[in-house]
Amino acid sequence: MSQVAEYSEKVMDHFANPRNVGEIENASGVGTVGNAKCGDIMRMYLDIQDNVIRDAKFKTFGCGAAIATSSMATELVKGKTVEEAMTVTNKAVMEALDGLPPVKIHCSLLAEEAIHAALWNYAEKTGVKIPGLEKPVTDIGEKEA
Amino acid sequence: MEQLIYMDNAATTPVKPEVFEAMRPYFTEVFGNASGIYRFAGKAAKAVSDARDIVADFLGAKSKEIYFTGGGSESDNWALKAVAEAYEKKGKHIITSKIEHHAILHTCEYLEKKGYEVTYLDVDEYGVVDLEQLKRSIRPDTILISIMFANNEIGTIEPIREIGEIAHERGVLFHTDAVQAYGHEEINVDELHIDLLSASGHKINGPKGVGILYIRESVKIGSFIHGGAQERGRRAGTYNTPGIVGFGEATRLAKEHLAERKAKETALRDKLIQGVLEQIPYARLNGHPTKRLSNNANFCFRFIEGESLLILLDQNGICGSSGSACTSGALDPSHVLLAIGLPHEIAHGSLRLTISEENTEEEIDYVVGKLKEIVGRLRSLSPLYEDFVKESK
Repeated sequence: MSQVAEYSEKVMDHFANPRNVGEIENASGVGTVGNAKCGDIMRMYLDIQDNVIRDAKFKTFGCGAAIATSSMATELVKGKTVEEAMTVTNKAVMEALDGLPPVKIHCSLLAEEAIHAALWNYAEKTGVKIPGLEKPVTDIGEKEA
Repeated sequence: MEQLIYMDNAATTPVKPEVFEAMRPYFTEVFGNASGIYRFAGKAAKAVSDARDIVADFLGAKSKEIYFTGGGSESDNWALKAVAEAYEKKGKHIITSKIEHHAILHTCEYLEKKGYEVTYLDVDEYGVVDLEQLKRSIRPDTILISIMFANNEIGTIEPIREIGEIAHERGVLFHTDAVQAYGHEEINVDELHIDLLSASGHKINGPKGVGILYIRESVKIGSFIHGGAQERGRRAGTYNTPGIVGFGEATRLAKEHLAERKAKETALRDKLIQGVLEQIPYARLNGHPTKRLSNNANFCFRFIEGESLLILLDQNGICGSSGSACTSGALDPSHVLLAIGLPHEIAHGSLRLTISEENTEEEIDYVVGKLKEIVGRLRSLSPLYEDFVKESK
């Protein structure tokens, strides 16, 4: 079964022309989630000033859906306050992409995790408390596997 | 799409126009059931019989040792399950390898649930089975050794003659899944000591839905599909006359042009391999450098993932695959790449390009150029590459 045939136009667009690729030097928060064993690793960089996400960048190792969800997640969090960024759930990312094939839903979960990991890193550095944020699972132990 | 560069011939091939023309009358005019008594049906029966002779001739077998089936997977299932059943009094031990097609591996898992014991042989870094381990694994209750002729993913050709000799010295039956090798490599079942062999039509420019199982005359196994008396009572079902005719014609053409095609494909394959390894850093060739199918190139590109690579190739009109097409949708990397010792992370970044004599040198240049561009682009997105670059500094 062709994966491409199952991807929405928006997924294909965000995969072929990903937004916000790159790194942010001295980022306010950086989070890396996923593991190479499963074939997906997302790293998200956030630049936060006055509680607002001014910029977001990402790097992702993974399938088309993983790259598209990372791209969409960075688009959705940009300009939001850290509290508002908590509303960018896997569901929100998926809806913004007009859905994902069932076998690719875990990619949107990973995107949510990546946002949380970057926010967690920011919260730890600054001592800011973000309501609802729990320590994310950053399962990159298999990276060197 | 403006252009299509098809490099997924291990997945399937187009039916050659000559093959299609040979098949055509058996759909419409010569539609008679080949089992019928009247003379009209005799025409269809004759066509089936001719096709069987062509296949037997290609394999150095007797015509009555060739059984037409519904394809490679059916042939593999039949060989394993029927041998297991027929020889269970002798024992319930089967030897195969870790890099077989799922038609073999999943059938073995099924037999394990039925109380059979299966030894899965290791392969070396090139995907060649360990002959010493094979010898050590044979027991008094071993009834079958099933090792593929050539691997569908990495193209490595197994030491079939040596395996056949070992099997026959020890009085064990030898089956080979030759789906990728049939029509591409010369095969003589007597010289190679093969007792059972599976092949498929659509991998050799024949139609889909037709295959063969060669069963040596001395091997006594039962039916897999029960019903009518077709195929000497061993494989029921109305003759797929057009399919069988197509299989025969595809075999005839493959045999006639085998050496010429192999030389052409090998030159193109080596140009592709050389181009990729020279122009793209952190790329590796999977499979044996020389003991490999003439149409197969398989690479791993570090720091990137195969599916995203395939989609971007597709957007440039290039058809390839990552691992076995049957496993797409699965999240685990290919069992073959893991068996040759690659870590998961690298196995995820695999690409199989299987060419044909229809491809041109210009296409190879285009593919290498596009690959270089796409791999570079995906690496610029990859946190693994970012880490690698930072660590190397």
